[in-house]
Parts: sequence; C-alpha cells; structure tokens
Amino acid sequence: MSPELEVQLIAVIVATACALPGAFLVLRRMAMLSDAISHTVLLGIVLAYFISGTLGSPLLFVGAAAMGVITVALVELVGGSGLVREDAAIGIVFPALFSIAVILISRYAGNVHLDVDSVLLGELIFAPFDRVMLWGLDVPRALLIGTSTLAINLALIGLFYKELKLTSFDPGLAAALGFAPTLVHYGLMTMVSVTAVGAFDAVGSILVIALMVAPPAAAYLLTDRLPVMLLLSVLIGAASAIAGYRVAHWLDVSVGGAMATMTGVAFGLALLFAPGRGLVAGAARRQRQRWEFAQQMLTLHLLNHEGAAEASEECSLRHLSSDLRWRADFAEEVVRRAERGGLVRRAGPALTLTERGRQMAREASLR
Amino acid sequence: MELLTALFTDYTLRTVALGAALLGVVSGVLGCFAVLRRQALLGDAMSHAALPGIALAFWLTGQRDSLVLLIGATVAAWVAALLILGITRASRIKEDSALAMTLAVFFGLGLVLLSALQKHPNAAQAGLKTFLFGQAAALVEEDLRVMALLGVPALLCVALLWKQFKLLSFDPEYAASLGMPTGFLSVLLTTLMVLAIAIGLQAVGVVLMSAMLVAPAAAARQWTNRLSAMVLLAAAFGAGAGVVGAVISATARGISTGPAVVLCLTAITLVSLLMAPERGLLWSAWRRRQLIAPVE
Repeated sequence: MSPELEVQLIAVIVATACALPGAFLVLRRMAMLSDAISHTVLLGIVLAYFISGTLGSPLLFVGAAAMGVITVALVELVGGSGLVREDAAIGIVFPALFSIAVILISRYAGNVHLDVDSVLLGELIFAPFDRVMLWGLDVPRALLIGTSTLAINLALIGLFYKELKLTSFDPGLAAALGFAPTLVHYGLMTMVSVTAVGAFDAVGSILVIALMVAPPAAAYLLTDRLPVMLLLSVLIGAASAIAGYRVAHWLDVSVGGAMATMTGVAFGLALLFAPGRGLVAGAARRQRQRWEFAQQMLTLHLLNHEGAAEASEECSLRHLSSDLRWRADFAEEVVRRAERGGLVRRAGPALTLTERGRQMAREASLR
Repeated sequence: MELLTALFTDYTLRTVALGAALLGVVSGVLGCFAVLRRQALLGDAMSHAALPGIALAFWLTGQRDSLVLLIGATVAAWVAALLILGITRASRIKEDSALAMTLAVFFGLGLVLLSALQKHPNAAQAGLKTFLFGQAAALVEEDLRVMALLGVPALLCVALLWKQFKLLSFDPEYAASLGMPTGFLSVLLTTLMVLAIAIGLQAVGVVLMSAMLVAPAAAARQWTNRLSAMVLLAAAFGAGAGVVGAVISATARGISTGPAVVLCLTAITLVSLLMAPERGLLWSAWRRRQLIAPVE
C-alpha cells in the first residue's frame, strides 16, 4: 500500500471511530465534554508514562482513558454540588488537570519525546513511518490503533444500542425501567476517552473534537431516526476526511486542519440545504406560506363582499390596496397567482370568485 | 522578603506579574458576566477560534506586531461567537454542539492557514506555540502597553454601563421591556469578553484561557450574593492568582506562568467551594448537623 493510500485509510477509520460516540454526545447535549476529555487525557498519558517508563506501553492508553473518565466524574462532582453550573464546572476542571500535565512534563519529562503540542496537534502525514509488525504484516501503528478503536466502538454500540438509545432520549424512563443511566453514561464517556486517545495520534486532540461533533451535528439536521443518524455521521465523517486529505495534498497544508475544516464545511452545507430543516428550505417554505396566506385573504375578502351592493366597487384590484393595505404590485402578483391557481376570475377591473376560490375561503373562515 | 523586593526591582518578574495581574482583573470582571449569563464555555470556544484570525492578520500584514495579531484574534473570535449564536437560533443544534464544533473547526482552519504560512521566511511554528501556551515569561513593556490599551477601556465600559449589564445578566426580558437595546448590549458584552481573551492569549494561551474567565467568577460567587462584590472579588482573585503564579514560575524550575496561574485559581476556587460562609460545602454540612442535633 502506498503511504498516501495508508494516510487516507487511517483518516477514514479515525473519522468513523470518532463519529460513532460523537452522535450520542450531540444527542445528549454533552459535546463540550469531548473538549474537556481530549485535553485532560494528556495528564493520563504523563502519569502512565511515569509508571511504565516508556512511551510505547499500552498502559498509556489505559491511563489516558481512565483520566477521561475521572475528568467527567470531577465535572459532575463540582457541578453536582449545586454551587456552580455544569458548564462552569467543565471550564474549571479541565484547565486545572491540563495545567498539572504541562507542569509535570516540563519539570520531569523534558528530556523525552513527549511534546505537548504534538499531542494537541498530531500529524497524520508522519503516520506511515511509525510501523509495527502484526502477524507478519507490516502496518502503520496509527492504522492498528484506529482500527482497534473503531472495532471497540462498533462492538459497544452494537451490544448496548438499546440502552444508549433509551438513556439518550429519555433518561427518566430508562431509570424507571432499570437501565442504569449512570452506568451507560460512564460507559459512553469511557468510549469517548478511548477514542480521543486513539485518534489524537493521528489528528491531535483539538481536531478530534471536530471529528466527534461536526459530522453527527450535520447528520442530526438530516434525519430524525437514530440508526440513519449514525450511518450519516459515519459517512459525513469519512467524506470529510477524504476531502480534507485531498485539499491538504493539493494546497500543501496541514492534513488534520483541513479535515476539521471539511467537517465544518459539511455541517455548513447541511445547515443550508438539509431538506425540510435547512435554512434554504425554511426560507422557501416561508415564502410559499406568504403567498398562500395572501391568496386566502383575497378569497375571504371577495367572499365577504360577494353579492353585496358595493361588490363591483370592493371586488376590484385597485381596492385591494386600500382595504387589505397591500402594495399595488403585491396585490397584482397575488391576483395573478390566484388566477393561475383557478381561485378567481378577472373581468376588466372586477374580480369574481370561482367555485374553488369560494371553497378555499369557506375552509379558511372555518379554521 | 527577597521575593517581595524582587517583585518591585526585577524587571522581568515585575513585567510578568503586572501582565498576569492585569489579565486576572480583566478576565475576572468579564468572567462574572459570562458565568451569570450561562456562557462559561463561550470563552473557551472563542479563544480557540482566534487562531485563524491571528494567522490571517500575520499573512495580510506580514507583521508580528502584537497589536495587529490581537486585532486579527479579536475579529475571528467575534465571528465565531456570532456563528455559535446563529447556529443555535437557526437550527435545532444545541449550544454545546455549536460551541464544540465552532471551536474545533476554526482551530482546524487556523492550522491550515498556519501551515500555508510556514512556507514563508517568517516561520509560524513559534507563533503557534505562543498561541497555545502564551508567552508570559517573554512579556516586555510594549506588550503590557498593548494589554492595557485593550483591558482598561473594557473595564471602563463595564463601569459606565454597569446598571445595564447587571439587568441584562439577571433579567434580560425585563431589560428588554424597559426598552433597553438588549441585543446591542449583549453583543457589546461579548465583544468585551473577546478583548479579555485577546489579552489572555498573550499571557496564558488558548487552552488555559477558559479557567481565567470561569474560575475567579465561580469562586467569587460563593462568597457573596451581590454582583458588585462578586465582580470586585473576582478581579482580586484573578489579580492575586496572576501575581502569585508569576512569582512561583519565576522561582521554581520548569513551571511556566500560565499553568501556575491556573493552578492558583483552581486552589482559590476549591477553597471557596468548600469554605465560603452560607454556600460552602463544609458550611452547609455543618449546618445540617446543627439542625439534626436537637432531635437526638
């Protein structure tokens, strides 16, 4: 496999692994916990490094994941005291843990290759150079880690799908049915922590947040069904990864940065063009409703004055401007549309309702 | 004692301590409003989002002048805040997702711009490191002047519009019914917060900025129910932590100023959460025992 293909494969796998737990974070309104966790795992790595003495040990993985869970527990402890709100608790806890990590590194680990900014930023381009042997196969380490993370996430979501779904949408009901929302919550947080550790080798811990939150947020705008949302999150994440890689390759810029930017572009597209819920669809719907409402007003007005003495006077295009306070060109357009829709007939200046128009006016007045 | 005289005579220490204290005051004051208006994490998102602004300002002007870069940072952070507000208003995306997404996507865009800049002779990597962790130890008088230029007007603005900001924070509907321009005031308050962030980027960097805004306010909140006292306390906590953090990092090996200041603030917050009269955890535990005692 060529290095370029390997980098793209890693990018897709990491994006997929991130999107799965991310979907539940978005649904549970806990997206900012990914921000906290992805920073504090650094402390877990440092502490595990002090215990194990090497940077290659799997203990680093365990330490980092554990620290992610500890972060969440601390946030809940501080927030649960009722003295500060949960978001403020996040803002206090993670910088404190991160500060401890930075000080520990600069004081005791300055001579090893444990660079804070490489953890924060990562570099996907170098991933193919760090290789391991697996069953006689020579694979990049990032690919192995990414695939393992993805496998763990798939397995956990597959096994606990019902629990995750119920606790995300109705924690009260879940608790009443004996589903242990707290347990599921910490399980999900462990998954997020493991994913953050597995992914930041490749893209860095800040960009992990983009991969975790933006694709599911875009998917959330496109569907109301959880399975569809999970699938769309994965697809959008993978597409952003590939697009990001291509853009980075083309412009010769940071791959991780371009991937994150592409997830933002994907979300922006969903925000604008999502069918039904997108901004464009919303604007079009409002426009359509405006004309429909105006035509209803027109038929009601005509019905009101139908057959009365002043009918010929009231039921003219000119009169609509003064009676309904419509601008002349607006009134003209409404009448034109109503005529096309078979609601009114025009004979010179006078307007008369068709049977269909009368029907519409009666329905509108009954509502 | 030696330390105390060094604080006044040693040029570097004095500059760093002054810078950190100034940041502490400005972010302490504005953080109070952020926390009260439930925008504690907006600061975190905005500080990350400043990166592309810094990169663009550097790219367009080719200067490393701190004022130019700060203007870039301010504009980008401001755009991010508007986007977050717009996304939550216009769609069913909740605030936490909007914050996290904007934070990370802007940061990614910043990395793209920086890596494009790297081909320029003025390598940008050093700039990125400064952005992430601040450069408190390298502050010079010129930087202090820029910080004061941004910070003092921000504080004056809070003092002048005190009554309006107070009402906006506690009862925005009532403020609107009185005919106050709440939208404008809200944007103004966010802009002032951006100024505090711009100052903080110089001193403590992106990652730790959220603590500078949130921790002093959260700590001060425990001691008082009055906004004026809370704001003054938060400013004092911020300034105190700034000075102590600067001194610690000057005397101990391998402790940079940003983390030192943040850990001081964390300590203050912990003490406040535990000990503050009326609200503190120890206090309320003791009062519960007092209430139960007569029954036994």
